Amino acid sequence: MSIFVDPTKCNGCTLCVKSCATGAIEVKDKLAVIDLEKCTLCGACVSACRFKAITIEIEKQAAEDLDKYKGVWVFGEQRDGKVAPVVFELINIGGQLAKDRGTELSVVILGDQLADAVKELASYPVDKVYVYEAAELAVYDSERYCRVLTDVMRDYKPEIVLAGATTTGRSFMSGVAIQLYTGLTADCTGLEIGEDGLLHQTRPAYGGNIMATILCPYTRPQMATVRHKVFPTSAKRCEGAAEVIKLAPKPTLFSSRSKFIEFVETLGEKVNLVDADIIISGGRGLGGPEGFEMIRELAAELGAAVGASRAAVDAGWIPYAHQVGQTGKTVCPKLYIACGISGAVQHQVGMKSADVIIAINKDPEAPIFDIATHGFVGDLFEVLPALTKKIKALRGAPADTCIV
Amino acid sequence: MKICCCIKQVPGTTEVKINPETNTLVREGVETQINPFDLYALEEAIRTKEKMAEAGEESTVTVISMGPPQAEDALREAISLGADEAILLSDRAFAGSDTWCTSYVLAMAIKKIEPDLVFCGMQAIDGDTGQVGPGIAVHLDMAQTAYIAEIRSIDTRKMVAKRLIEEGYETVELKLPALCTVVKEINEPRTASLRGKMAAKKAQITKWGAEELQTPEDKVGLLGSPTQVVKIMTPPCREGGEKITGEAPELVDKLYDTLKCLEVV
Ligand SMILES: Cc1cc2nc3c(=O)[nH]c(=O)nc-3n(C[C@H](O)[C@H](O)[C@H](O)COP(=O)(O)OP(=O)(O)OC[C@H]3O[C@@H](n4cnc5c(N)ncnc54)[C@H](O)[C@@H]3O)c2cc1C
Ligand SMILES: Nc1ncnc2c1ncn2[C@@H]1O[C@H](COP(=O)(O)O)[C@@H](O)[C@H]1O
Repeated sequence: MSIFVDPTKCNGCTLCVKSCATGAIEVKDKLAVIDLEKCTLCGACVSACRFKAITIEIEKQAAEDLDKYKGVWVFGEQRDGKVAPVVFELINIGGQLAKDRGTELSVVILGDQLADAVKELASYPVDKVYVYEAAELAVYDSERYCRVLTDVMRDYKPEIVLAGATTTGRSFMSGVAIQLYTGLTADCTGLEIGEDGLLHQTRPAYGGNIMATILCPYTRPQMATVRHKVFPTSAKRCEGAAEVIKLAPKPTLFSSRSKFIEFVETLGEKVNLVDADIIISGGRGLGGPEGFEMIRELAAELGAAVGASRAAVDAGWIPYAHQVGQTGKTVCPKLYIACGISGAVQHQVGMKSADVIIAINKDPEAPIFDIATHGFVGDLFEVLPALTKKIKALRGAPADTCIV
Repeated sequence: MKICCCIKQVPGTTEVKINPETNTLVREGVETQINPFDLYALEEAIRTKEKMAEAGEESTVTVISMGPPQAEDALREAISLGADEAILLSDRAFAGSDTWCTSYVLAMAIKKIEPDLVFCGMQAIDGDTGQVGPGIAVHLDMAQTAYIAEIRSIDTRKMVAKRLIEEGYETVELKLPALCTVVKEINEPRTASLRGKMAAKKAQITKWGAEELQTPEDKVGLLGSPTQVVKIMTPPCREGGEKITGEAPELVDKLYDTLKCLEVV
């Protein structure tokens, strides 16, 4: 297993040199030479080469009969019986994949007292809902969730498993994949069945600077966590309902070395940035914590969540949970409004996949304007309050006096 | 108490840019840095050691990195920040490892150290998966929690940690040995002291490869990795749209109209 450059095909064009993130390639005498000390076999150069001069060889075969694995499964993440919004997005894309593979779509839900959640899930276009109910699973526990889902996967052998790239999905799906010795692709933004019948999983890496397509050819299930808000939510099905299958709990799987103590919800405002359709973010330009009052007022009018740049978080104007960017959250709302944010690359990587970006900044040269769909050059202290006022005024009678 | 911290060397943040003409990655030099989240993990490891020392429990912090030989630089930097020992896991056989194999190799190294506590960053900024930390814990069959923002209390047998999740904070108690992945909120990393820098220069970096770790050939590197990268492309750069200038009232009207067109007001 190694990497080779075919001297008859390579003409020393240096495309591969530019594609290499570890600086392992040099062109000497019109031939690409790979420094094996630096090369991580990531494959970037293989795709970059227009002359198919670079190949990576692996001799590998499937360890078992992969045809035994059938069906697409979605992890039905829930908290206190409330199904996470991303699950309905997974049902949509999962349904498409199931159709392309000519197989069934199932949802598996773990928890306790799940009657309402199961009813809701069963009303969506899924074939089966597998329910694993036990008091021990009432709250999320990494060890238990990991062991139980692994066990279910071993019993039912799905071909594809999708989970949301939420803190929960990202916390324990890795462990499931480890135990099953199969691949897990994180944070996918593109999923499709290729002509080879495999799940082609596309995901951003290096802060969205590159998109990598990843396969899991030799092991099953093919597992992926999927980014929020990339795939549209599934439409509810009106007639018929999915088959509900209760799984018998296996208490031997419930031992755990961690204990849940409490959950404290962030009150007062919507911080759940990842699920928000609209995000209004503030940066250093807000001048202080008071500046966020303007943002919150507008956010209340638009039903938006409040985000922030790292500069605003580090200054202590707003908690870290609001930070967007490389060291904060990656968000993908329909609309992102950046107020007083310069738009440094580290901020951009967290928000540039928003459908529409509006920027308000008084510096016409601010980098945020390079990516903003609508850039407003102006002073936010003048613009924001006036805008909120206008929205309020034109909204007409407040809802409680409005007779429908 | 033995504390381990896994750090990854990643490309400098501003280094990875896209050349819009050739659509390829552009790097000015090959600047590298310690993955930003791992600096918080390391800081928490050092603070835990200090906290334990106050309670009369001597502790050591061992930093571990898997990567090419140049990852040694990241380990030396970690020593300058206060780590006691550093181990580099480097072997041609490890090249091309996906998260399954990376967490396996790290786990095999950690197993030799038998630590009470392992810290990782919540994710690496190049791969962005966040899978390696939780994966290590499963390979080692130890207690774990991800996304921790605060260690409320800790002794040699257990710890109480607060984790940041979408809707708020969750508090959990873990029996040691345990693995935690940390978010940025957990602390404010220190800068290297002069003494630390001297220590970093002199430090012996232990090097382990497939032989020392006894990792079978088919469980590491490209060969052992269940996933395969088949295509890498650079997405088209996002283009900026119109730039609107004018007096504030005019901007407000246009902004309002924009929101109206987007059907959000
Ligand atoms: C390893 C690393 C990780 C990082 N991670 C992140 C991250 O996750 N998220 C993040 O955001 N940053 C991150 N950063 C920091 C990033 O590089 C920038 O420093 C940060 O985003 C700047 O925040 P800002 O735009 O609010 O502040 P500034 O860059 O100071 O910009 C403030 C802007 O406000 C404008 N302004 C000022 N007053 C007004 C006014 N009255 N009206 C209108 N506009 C006004 C100014 O023109 C300026 O453009 C990271 C940096 C590093 C090194
Ligand atoms: N090659 C590596 N060497 C050491 N630690 C690593 C390595 N890869 C990942 N990690 C650790 O695992 C965390 C998550 O990485 P990732 O799963 O790649 O996003 C990082 O913050 C590190 O603490």
